[in-house]
Amino acid sequence: MATLRFTKDHEWIRQDGDTAVIGITDYAQQQLGDIVYVELPAPGTRVECGKEAAVVESAKAASEVYAPVSGEVIAVNEAIAGDPAKVNADPMGEGWFLSVKLDDPNALDGLMDEAAYAAFVAEQG
Amino acid sequence: MVAADETLRLRQTPLHALHVSLGAKMVPFAGYDMPVQYPSGIIAEHLHTRSKAGLFDVSHMGQVRLHGVGAKALEALVPGDLAALPDGRMRYTLLLNDEGGIVDDLMAIRTDGEFRLVVNAARKEIDVAHLRERLGSAAVELDADRALLALQGPLAAEVLSRLAPAVAAMPFLSCVQIGGLFITRSGYTGEDGFEISVAAADAVALAERLLAEPEVAPVGLGARDTLRLEAGLCLYGHDIDDTTSPVAAGLAWTISARRRAEGGFPGADRILRELADPPACRRVGIRPDGRAPAREGSAIVDDAGNLIGEVTSGGFGPSLNAPIAMGYVARAYSDPGTALAVVVRDVARPARVAPMPFVPTRYYRAP
Repeated sequence: MATLRFTKDHEWIRQDGDTAVIGITDYAQQQLGDIVYVELPAPGTRVECGKEAAVVESAKAASEVYAPVSGEVIAVNEAIAGDPAKVNADPMGEGWFLSVKLDDPNALDGLMDEAAYAAFVAEQG
Repeated sequence: MVAADETLRLRQTPLHALHVSLGAKMVPFAGYDMPVQYPSGIIAEHLHTRSKAGLFDVSHMGQVRLHGVGAKALEALVPGDLAALPDGRMRYTLLLNDEGGIVDDLMAIRTDGEFRLVVNAARKEIDVAHLRERLGSAAVELDADRALLALQGPLAAEVLSRLAPAVAAMPFLSCVQIGGLFITRSGYTGEDGFEISVAAADAVALAERLLAEPEVAPVGLGARDTLRLEAGLCLYGHDIDDTTSPVAAGLAWTISARRRAEGGFPGADRILRELADPPACRRVGIRPDGRAPAREGSAIVDDAGNLIGEVTSGGFGPSLNAPIAMGYVARAYSDPGTALAVVVRDVARPARVAPMPFVPTRYYRAP
């Protein structure tokens, strides 16, 4: 049973056992606008919780995607590097960024669930 | 995030409520609350302008009327050939300081024996003060009661001629007064198009009338920037400023043979010297080999990593589906095709000097 959680930086993370897939939320892609470039880490490298894991560039500006957890990158979505508009079209599905092997299987405990994130976004106006 | 008090201080154009009702995302720009994009987004707005017609609110720009200022008097402030400018025509020129730096870039329009200027929003107060100091206060009027709309794209003439048939035959860089509208065939996108000065009170009705045409979509400042970048046009405060010489900026084409021979514009000594002996750096176009955009401020380095320049504007060119940039590089690296690298997030990424415009311009040429 997969667990879906969200960060205040508008990333989502879906855990299945000791691995998790990470991407940006629909709210994030709306705020960014047309995404024209994505820079992903190399598989086998590490991401650290709260540190930059990827870069996403819209027509206007570059933004960092922060790792919501620490772990080893086991796969990245090369399809969004070739066609960054997939992130706008399907941010929670085909527009995923990377998957990691979690250092700590309980690392998602402090993150927001879907209802809490919806309330957080509503507060952002 | 913009602090609430800053938002309150922002000025609004006469079309502000229309932008909001169209779902625009509003951002501060040059002291105004302006639409950066509408719901369709920057890329769609950009491509629409290149294929059909985009409507831009450029009412934040300064519309200046000069009174009793002849060509010779204005030529003392700019290097453009205004004596040779016929009535009903306009040209791009530069307001220069005494060091030959660019106070602003502007359009000078000659109509009914007088000059009008269209200047950058962020510079209009500075320009007016500069002009008043040199031409006298009474000679310079900033017309604050008029909006300015730009209709740009290959179908702009077809659309606007439904309202005003006379515009179809207007030459590029000419002007005409039709009723309350002062229309020029000009723009900042590289496309055919018009800029329409209209009384503030009539601006919303005109914008709604144009938006009702099936070929027209509203376009925000985001696409205005990508369009002008593809067209190789300078953005004041980024690609040029009051320290930049017109020669380094690649704008020497605005100085005619007569003006070069006669001089008599601010900074002429420096500018004429640079025409004979080019300055150390020059503005060039840059095409990164990869897909990472190089933004303003990115360092430009040679293959050994030595700093040779800096990006002054950069981003993504939707018509090219590729990143593009412009910046200043040492003269030895300024020929098109020269290999160099742009530093993005601490990584030097291969790029080449490219000719500008990046996308061929399609200004109107009379048949």
